Amino acid sequence: MEWKPKIVAFLCNWCSYGAADLAGVSRLQYPPYFRIIRVPCSSRVDTRFIIQAFRNGADAVWVSGCHPGDCHYIEGNMYARRRFVLLKRLLEFIGIEPERIFFSWISSAEGTKFAETAKLIAEKVKKLGPSDFFVKRRAEVP
Amino acid sequence: MEGYTEKIRQIAKRLFEEKRIDIFIGYEKGTNPFFPRPTLISDPQEVEKLIWNSNCGLNLCTYLTGRKERIGIVATGCVSRSIVNHIIENQIKREKIYIVGIPCKGIIDYRKVLRRIEGKEVLRIEEEGESFKVICDGFEERFKKEDFLQENCLSCTHPNPVIYDELVADPVTPRSERPVYKDVEEIEKKSPKEKRSYIEQAIEGCIRCYACRNVCPHCYCPTCFIDEKIPYFGKSIDFVDTLTFHIIRAMHLAGRCTDCGSCERVCPMGIPIRIFVKKLNKDAFELFSWQSGMSLEKGQLLSTYRRDDYDDFI
Repeated sequence: MEWKPKIVAFLCNWCSYGAADLAGVSRLQYPPYFRIIRVPCSSRVDTRFIIQAFRNGADAVWVSGCHPGDCHYIEGNMYARRRFVLLKRLLEFIGIEPERIFFSWISSAEGTKFAETAKLIAEKVKKLGPSDFFVKRRAEVP
Repeated sequence: MEGYTEKIRQIAKRLFEEKRIDIFIGYEKGTNPFFPRPTLISDPQEVEKLIWNSNCGLNLCTYLTGRKERIGIVATGCVSRSIVNHIIENQIKREKIYIVGIPCKGIIDYRKVLRRIEGKEVLRIEEEGESFKVICDGFEERFKKEDFLQENCLSCTHPNPVIYDELVADPVTPRSERPVYKDVEEIEKKSPKEKRSYIEQAIEGCIRCYACRNVCPHCYCPTCFIDEKIPYFGKSIDFVDTLTFHIIRAMHLAGRCTDCGSCERVCPMGIPIRIFVKKLNKDAFELFSWQSGMSLEKGQLLSTYRRDDYDDFI
């Protein structure tokens, strides 16, 4: 059977989740590898969410929110931006490939951009193959 | 740094006499000459216990968190920056603390000394100017301090306190010969596979004692994320669990770590823990020209933003 990547997508309720919705109702085609988790704002996404996704076997993580300046909570994605650039660089520093962690700004009117970004991400992750970086090899005995 | 001891005692005594402080935080002699013991003094009679030497490497700011008394504290450059962070984060009030600033000439790395003398038991250390004498049972040798400093002291950019009420000596000039982020840059050049094997090797020994977390002045959450049941991150010494702990702890210190080196000093396994936070410090400096704990007005790195922040990664 062909290997299919598992990609966890944290989408902000007000923009990117709406974009995913719009892509759906517009009948746009994009790869079915995404596990979408709706969050109130991109700044709700903690370091721990991303690490936990990898630990549970995700091959890539995608965080998407409103464009800077369009945040429903005025400035949430501004804080998120600072946090994500540091986290992304730290994860690359410890040896995760740069193509396993994605960030994007997609507004709720950009259904086509959502589908295109999803295609791009799926393609990159598929090329990279499965991730075992954060997957434990031994079971923990409590 | 001889002469500092006398000066610290004088200042502490005077502060108690003037009734400006209730507690003085400093160091006293410990059982191991490499580890002077941090001490909280509330009795003016006890000021003679206080000492200062080149082994006082722990960050005393750890003892300030959430205290309500008026406190006198000795602070080197890195400790004073931690205090600034504590003030910004409302853990203490500036008016409540009296900072006795210490122009720091570097802390001795006990591991380097022990390696040189092949693990003999050290009975006493005598300091004299730029050198120190290690005295063991039936053996003694004089070393140059410069060759045995901690790694973070060798690349220290702020040896003088950034805030203080009083200095015990004239400010020292920071050493400039060593690039601060050389070791980080070397790792950055590697491929993802090599990076992983480097990190795997580096944290292999971790026994999850959490000494690094307990000694860190900025790790003051009432419940640490690693002690929580939900979400659970694993407490085994498996590489993945250990790495998770170190990565998330590093992210919590992003833009706050002052590179005091306490975590590496207390690590029983000698893990280069600083490397994770150092990478974050490097990025914070390159992308946001951010240095932790330098000013009381600027807030914290991750709780402020600018509209034109770096976003090429998106």
